[in-house]
Amino acid sequence: MREALHAIFARDLKLALRAGGGAGIGVMFFLAVVVITPFAIGPDIKLLARVGAAELWIGALLASLLGLDRIFAVDQEDGSLDLLLMAPMPLTLIAAAKATAHWCATGLPLVIAAPLLGLLLGLEPAALGAVALTLLVGTPALTFLGLVGASLSVMLPRAGMLVAVLVLPLAIPVLIFGVAATEAASRGELFSAPFRLLLALSLFFLVLGPIAAAAALRHARD
Amino acid sequence: MPLTDLANPHRFMQLARVGVPAFAMIAAILIALGLYLGFRAPADSLQGNAARIMYIHVPSAWLALGIYTLMAITALGTLVWRHPLADVAGKAAAPIGAAFCLMCLLTGMLWGRPSWGAYWVWDARLTSVLVLFLLYLGVLALWWATDDPLRAGRAAAILTLVGFINVPIVKFSVDWWNTLHQPASVFRLDGPTIHPDILTPLLVSATGFAALFVALLLAAMRNEILRRRVQTLTLLAAVKGG
Repeated sequence: MREALHAIFARDLKLALRAGGGAGIGVMFFLAVVVITPFAIGPDIKLLARVGAAELWIGALLASLLGLDRIFAVDQEDGSLDLLLMAPMPLTLIAAAKATAHWCATGLPLVIAAPLLGLLLGLEPAALGAVALTLLVGTPALTFLGLVGASLSVMLPRAGMLVAVLVLPLAIPVLIFGVAATEAASRGELFSAPFRLLLALSLFFLVLGPIAAAAALRHARD
Repeated sequence: MPLTDLANPHRFMQLARVGVPAFAMIAAILIALGLYLGFRAPADSLQGNAARIMYIHVPSAWLALGIYTLMAITALGTLVWRHPLADVAGKAAAPIGAAFCLMCLLTGMLWGRPSWGAYWVWDARLTSVLVLFLLYLGVLALWWATDDPLRAGRAAAILTLVGFINVPIVKFSVDWWNTLHQPASVFRLDGPTIHPDILTPLLVSATGFAALFVALLLAAMRNEILRRRVQTLTLLAAVKGG
C-alpha cells in the first residue's frame, strides 16, 4: 500500500509540475497580488512594511485557492478517478496523498516565494523569516481544507468558481492565527500561542480534509 | 410517532397540512404577545428604549445558530441514514436560517449604532456570525449549482458538516475573546442573569420565532416535495410523449 500511495503522490506531483497551467500559475498570481498592493495603497514603504505580512498571507491564501478544482477534476476527465475509487485501499489515504502532492506543487512554491515578495514590500529580515515559517506551517491547512472543496466540485461539475467561495469562510481562522503568529514571530516569540494554534489547525484539517473528501467522492459516484 | 414514520413523504404531507396553520397561529400569537410584553417591560437604564430591539435580535440569533445545528443533523441524516426527508429538510431550512442570520446581523447593526457608536465593529462575536451567514450562503449556492437534488443534497450535507465547526466558535466567542458584545446571560450553568421582567418577554418572543420557523420549514418542505413530484411527473410525461 505504501508503494501505491507513493506512486499516486509521484504521479500527481509530476503532472502538476510538468503539465501546462499547473503549479507555476499560483506563484505568478501571488506575485501579481503583491505587485498591485502598492498601486492600491500607495508606495509608502513604511505603511507597506506594516501591512506587508498580512498582505503576503492574503496573497498566499488566494493563490492556494486558485488551482484547487484541479486536484480531482483532471482525474475525473480522463477516468483515472474511477480507478482510484475502485482501488483496494482507503480512499482517505489516496485523498491525503493527492493533497500532499498538490501542496508540494503549489503550496511549497508560495512559501519559498513569500520572503522574496516580502522584500518588495519592505519587510524587516526577521519578518521575512517569520512569514516563510508561518506559511510553511499554515499552507497545509489551506490545501487540506481546499481538498473538501475540490471533492465537492467533482460532485457538481458546474461548481468551478464556487469552490473558492465555499472554502474562503472556513479559511478565516487560518488567516487570523497565521497573521498573528507572523507578528509574534517577527518580534522574536517563535512558539507563540497563535503559532501553536496555527499548527493545531493544520493538524486538524490534515485529518478532517481527507475524511470529508473521501466521503464526498464516494457519494459523487453512487 | 417514530422517526421512520416521517420517512414516508405521504405521511409527512398529512402532518404538514395540520402543522403549518397550527404553528403559524402559535407564532402569530406568541410573537404579538412577546412584542407587547417587550414594550411593557421596563426600559434599559443605560440604553433606554433602544434595548427593546433585543426581543427580535436575540431570538433571531438563537435561531440562526439553532437552524444551522438542525441542518448539520439533517446532513448526518442524508449521509449516514439516507433518510429520504433529511435533504428536503436541509434544503428547506437553509434559506430560512440565512434570513434569521441576516435579521440578527441587521438588528445588531441598528442596535450597535446608538449603544456602541458604530454600525459594525470587527469583534469576535460579530465576525463569527458574519462567517455563519457566509456559510449559509455557501450552502445555498451549492443547492443552486445543480438541478439534481440528490447530488446537491450530499454536497450541501458535507459542506454543512464541515462548516459546523463555526457554531461552537460563535457560541463561545464571547467567552474565549474579550469582546464588545455582552457575554451569555440566559443559557448559563448558574442560571440566567437577566431580570424576569425582561427575560419573560424575551422567552415568549423566542418561542414565537421558533414556532414561525417550524411553520415556514414545514411549508418549505411541502413545497420541495411537491416540486420534486412535479419534476418527476414532467419527465415521465415527456418520456411517454416522445
